[in-house]
Amino acid sequence: MEGGKRVVFVTVGTTCFDALVKAVDNPIVKQQLSAKGYSHLLIQIGRGSYIPIKSEGEDGCLVVDYFTFSSSIADNIRSASLVISHAGSGSIFETVRLGKPLIVVVNEDLMDNHQSELAEELAERKHLLCARPQTLYQTISDMNLDSLTPYPPADAQPAAKLINRFLGFPDD
Amino acid sequence: MNWKKVEIIPCCRAKPPTGYYALNSGGALNEVGGHTAEMLNLVGVLQNDKFAPRFYIAASTDNMSLQKARVLESSLVDQSGALKVKAAQFMQFYRSREVGQSYLTSVATTLIALVHAMRLMLRIRPQVILCNGPGTCIPLCLIAFFFKVVGIRWSSIFYVESIARVRRLSLSGLLLYKLQIADQFFVQWPQLQQKYPRAQYVGCLM
Repeated sequence: MEGGKRVVFVTVGTTCFDALVKAVDNPIVKQQLSAKGYSHLLIQIGRGSYIPIKSEGEDGCLVVDYFTFSSSIADNIRSASLVISHAGSGSIFETVRLGKPLIVVVNEDLMDNHQSELAEELAERKHLLCARPQTLYQTISDMNLDSLTPYPPADAQPAAKLINRFLGFPDD
Repeated sequence: MNWKKVEIIPCCRAKPPTGYYALNSGGALNEVGGHTAEMLNLVGVLQNDKFAPRFYIAASTDNMSLQKARVLESSLVDQSGALKVKAAQFMQFYRSREVGQSYLTSVATTLIALVHAMRLMLRIRPQVILCNGPGTCIPLCLIAFFFKVVGIRWSSIFYVESIARVRRLSLSGLLLYKLQIADQFFVQWPQLQQKYPRAQYVGCLM
């Protein structure tokens, strides 16, 4: 809560996901984020062509800013209070690893949309919330971040054990 | 599958593996960057004195993965002293299939990749191959399998399906599973293991 500044960080990664940028740029969504106590909206728009409206935050509105790419997305995630992301596994794990509340928005325009599998599975396990661009406002208004559970640390030991056993190496 | 196991275990006890790959893929960092992280998490917990020397192979379009592998390798050196500086090599490889490329043109580019893979594999002749998709690993695994059949080199192939695959295998994974080229096939979600019974569930690597 650095000085009451609560940032919502939106990231589309290296993709072009105008539907997500449009969805968060929607006045209803911004109003809801504001009502939930967030003060800033920072949008990484990637290769998208839709440019959101910047705002200085007059009359208690959200402060809105955007950029295209950055080499330090991790810093943006770290300083955010809420992350809204595309369904790429890199972005998803980077965010849940840092213990940040996450809403994943699935891009329905992608042909082979296996990425929604991961988001839906992790949503079922309550590690994140999963939304579609047109239902994002609903997800935000219904969201209860206390219901989310931390993502458990990764453990490569079971795989390493199987590899060792297969090769006839003793486990440590 | 069992005959492979019987064959490989005595062979490795007598002589530990002298080479292994971590095959990564890349391109757009956030789209496929997860693959590299998963693989390196696994490499990080393997006994690095037994699994040596290590050869890391990434797609030629992928500039991030090898950089991450170098970071991991330098941390391994820090832990165990400066002795193992030469334990790792890093290579780039013609990519057989870009994310989103059509299956038809994939066939042609895979053929070119096979030739390149043959040259790399003749040089390295690994005993252990660790790989995850997409695309890059197929030609190398096919060559490794060919080496086994003709007796050039017996290698153990471990395939790790990406954590992003929850309900369906990737194209690379499906090929290696159906053709039974992977000696051990790891998946990171129990649902996949139920659907593909020869796979082994290993929990999340990321």
